Amino acid sequence: MAYNEVLYGSSTHAAIQLKSASQSTAMPSIAPDTDPPVATQLSASPKRRRGKRLLMCVAVLVALAVVSTTLNSRPMIEEREVAELAALRSAPDFQQTLATVNQQLAEMAAAAGVETAERADNLTIARRLSLALVGNGMSLEELRAFESKPTQEQLTWWTDYLLTDSRWTDYFAERFSRALVGTDNGPFVLFRRRKLNAWLSEQLASGVGYDQIVHEMLSAEGLWTDTPPVNFVTATMDEANEGRGDPIRLAGRTSRALLAQRIDCVQCHDDFIGSLNFGSLDHPVAGTQEHFHSLAAFYAGTALADPVFRGITDDGQPYRIKYLGDSEESLVEPAVPFLPELLPTEGKLRARLAAWVTDPGNRAFGRATVNRVWGLMFSRPLVDPVDSIPIDMSVPKVLDTLADDWSKHGFQIARLVRMIAACDAFQRDSRADFEVTEQHEQAWSVFPLTQLRPDQVVGNLLQASKLSAMDSSSSVFRRLEAYGSKQDFLQLFGDRGEDEFESEAVTITQRLIMMNGELAANRTGVDLINNAATRIATLVADDQNAIELIFLTTFNRHPTASETAAFGKELSGKTADERKRALSDIAWAMVNSTEFSWNH
Amino acid sequence: MCNDPNKNSQLSIASNDLLARDASCVGFQRFHRRRLLQSVAAVSGAGWLTGLAEKLARSAELSHSKRPKSLLVLWLQGGPSQLETFDPHPGSWIGGEAKAISTSIPNVQISDFLPATAEQMHHACLVRSLVSKEGDHERATYHVKTGWRPDPTLFHPSIGAILCHQSESNVEIPRHISILSGEWPARGGYLGPSFDAFQIGDPAKGIPNLKARVDEATLARRSGPLLRTLETEFQRGRLRDMDRTRTQHQAATDSALTMMTSPQLSAFDIDAEGGETKDRFGDTSFGRGCLAAIRLLETGVRCVEVELNGWDSHINNHALQMGRAEILDAALAATLQELHARDMLDDTIVYCGGEFGRTPQINPAGGRDHWPHGFSALLAGGGFRRGYVHGATVAKPEHEWFDKKQSIDPTRFAEQPVTIPDLHATLLNALGVDHTQEQMTPVGRPLRWSDGKVATDLLS
Repeated sequence: MAYNEVLYGSSTHAAIQLKSASQSTAMPSIAPDTDPPVATQLSASPKRRRGKRLLMCVAVLVALAVVSTTLNSRPMIEEREVAELAALRSAPDFQQTLATVNQQLAEMAAAAGVETAERADNLTIARRLSLALVGNGMSLEELRAFESKPTQEQLTWWTDYLLTDSRWTDYFAERFSRALVGTDNGPFVLFRRRKLNAWLSEQLASGVGYDQIVHEMLSAEGLWTDTPPVNFVTATMDEANEGRGDPIRLAGRTSRALLAQRIDCVQCHDDFIGSLNFGSLDHPVAGTQEHFHSLAAFYAGTALADPVFRGITDDGQPYRIKYLGDSEESLVEPAVPFLPELLPTEGKLRARLAAWVTDPGNRAFGRATVNRVWGLMFSRPLVDPVDSIPIDMSVPKVLDTLADDWSKHGFQIARLVRMIAACDAFQRDSRADFEVTEQHEQAWSVFPLTQLRPDQVVGNLLQASKLSAMDSSSSVFRRLEAYGSKQDFLQLFGDRGEDEFESEAVTITQRLIMMNGELAANRTGVDLINNAATRIATLVADDQNAIELIFLTTFNRHPTASETAAFGKELSGKTADERKRALSDIAWAMVNSTEFSWNH
Repeated sequence: MCNDPNKNSQLSIASNDLLARDASCVGFQRFHRRRLLQSVAAVSGAGWLTGLAEKLARSAELSHSKRPKSLLVLWLQGGPSQLETFDPHPGSWIGGEAKAISTSIPNVQISDFLPATAEQMHHACLVRSLVSKEGDHERATYHVKTGWRPDPTLFHPSIGAILCHQSESNVEIPRHISILSGEWPARGGYLGPSFDAFQIGDPAKGIPNLKARVDEATLARRSGPLLRTLETEFQRGRLRDMDRTRTQHQAATDSALTMMTSPQLSAFDIDAEGGETKDRFGDTSFGRGCLAAIRLLETGVRCVEVELNGWDSHINNHALQMGRAEILDAALAATLQELHARDMLDDTIVYCGGEFGRTPQINPAGGRDHWPHGFSALLAGGGFRRGYVHGATVAKPEHEWFDKKQSIDPTRFAEQPVTIPDLHATLLNALGVDHTQEQMTPVGRPLRWSDGKVATDLLS
């Protein structure tokens, strides 16, 4: 896309393209977000000078060749895919489920006796989608492509566009792996987080059902390097466990991350306060230590093979535990805490457990996953906390409707994302002409105001300073720089670890990092290479347009009249460096505002 | 929330010290500055200063025993070897090459790697029988810093966070600070990130992100009218009273701006100390961190953690431990000496230790591996006994006790064992926090600050 099209928008392009065939001459023609140019030198001797120039040319060509090999084309949606996706969305079962979800959301608001906010504008919804699926806001380039679509097609196009981009599978893989293996470094040699994440991402990108993904992880055998799903168990093989998986931790992970059952409390004692019921309201079955340890017993044989190059295997070791009050250990047979009829009678232990967890009849699996994906989309799960949905609990009907649809359609995470993105709750405004309270948010009658996770804050900061998207089409240098900046930022800013949906207050440290930190300063200061605000100040003479552009790049919205007026005064009468500094001040204020760090 | 009997008069130790004594020229400077502020406030009608002046005045009236307690954690990340530090067994097959030297406690010896510390041991309560169930760095660090084993359903607060939660704010700078923080600094856990330790590096390099990148007028314009325009617009029609009830964004911004210009920042400046004092702590980042920690505690900070990493000696244990111990020795000895000289030891509890110890047996690479079944920690100050050694580890264990084919029986290795939960209950008790007090956690489960028992033997 031509630079001027990015800045001013165009109605001619149908999709984002990496390069434009023509460059407008009306504005200076510099490429968006280029890497710094190589400096040249002059020498005294004409012969040596020629030689040096030649060498320099070769070096530049080699550098360009290297950079070009790292550039992938922007995700393009093929015509065939467009047709398929349109068919998917217009299919009666998709529309029917969506209508049911919307009806149930309306009933929820009515039952709470609260008013419902209007639908938000398309750009606001698009920003939410971008934050949820790739962890940062939209680039100006993406935004221009979005605006070039007919209004009624914008959101479906944008959803499809993001779900065709590898950024979303990478991003979701990281989110899922946090729940599945935590954020600890894990055993140095035996655990390879990047392998696990890359594998998860590939599975999602290939459209493998989440039931199959989970089945693979729970039952995998082999080496942690060439069989990535086995890292689910090796993550627990620390020194204290001496080459064995930790059945206690694995049982806890399985129950919480995959079934949203917090049964850890019955690890040490039976449930004596009635908080854990594995039966129903009519026929309660209180949680006991046996429930927990019978589940753990499925993992008792998980161990390093002998010889070790065979990786992880199952050596059939029995599971023993001394129950509270007993004087001797008991042998514990593997068993599941509920729905025993779904457990296959044949097969290896972990494979049987995997089949039980992912059985379409095991509603806990569907509820747990839908609740987590809903949480990722809204930064707040439907049922809080995300990993606790007791099986006898009365849950919002929406949860079961979505879970049923998801399991009937191949456990496809992408379908679930599309469904949630299209539902009324996701598209409602976070502001209203009535007084918005916590009660409205609880009933999903307004979009909830939620704090961005630290990775989203830094993602936003990096993206807001660029005009084009930071994606797989960016040069390897830009991506490396962004990766390094992100890690440095998160080290200081803090990372929520696996508690991604815990609501937390902003800290003084975080505010100092945003106000005075190096990354924030670089990305808001006067800098033609790193800062979109400076580029805008340089290329856009009209103050109102400049303000408009900086709002679009930073907040993904148009400024209000009062904002245009207030910031117009800041720019009024200023030229050259003074004007760049004024726009830098505005950019600083924007990244330090509540709006920048909160989803809305 | 506040459980401290002194909650209505939680005042800076610095202020107490300052008004109760006249030994420190640093204190005098601050005293005069405060008096000046008080006078200016009185004259100019700057009402907000009056409250501060009142607090300072009240602090002078507090008796020594009523002063709030603070905590200094000298965190030895990686697992220091008890055999090369506080619990040597020379001559035994597990002893390695370290020798034992006498200390200022009669009949008590520590490693010859710690000669300066040996002379200050009469201030210390040495525990040689800590036992833990965690042998992984990250999990064990969590365990020792929070008193709880890692639990995926709940993120426990570190002891410094609890201490800050249980007292009122009395300073303009963070009350929980981590100096030279490594991978796992003290966190607020379920109390929230506002109780996380504020992290800084080597004090000689200043505090990160504290200095505005623009001049005062520009900062005022940015954080004033420009930011206000955006905040007003964002709040319009959205969640009622959002800054107070949800985001706390403006409140945190105001606190950060206050801190940026606070005179209390001088506590970080160790150059205000004399050259001789600085020299005693050693010309190392850890030594400087310890000196800065003392100054911060003087100012009213409640918990400072200073980290010295690099103790993970799986190979070449002797040389590695010796190198780390040399840095520790100067800083630890000077810390105890200085706290005593500044009359701060009664109100400051020092904890010096790591996440676990190291194996009695030496591996084929000349290293020692992770060992949670009997290791050492040094405590000092507050109500802890002075010149006391608690527990012991077996000097000559049988070789077969370590046979990997058998499960190691940890009860064989430590006499009078102190568990990590017990250590926490004891520390909290000494800090004036009732460890049995229950908090409602985010998972809806009431939980004590610690589920350990107070080890009364350690307290005077």
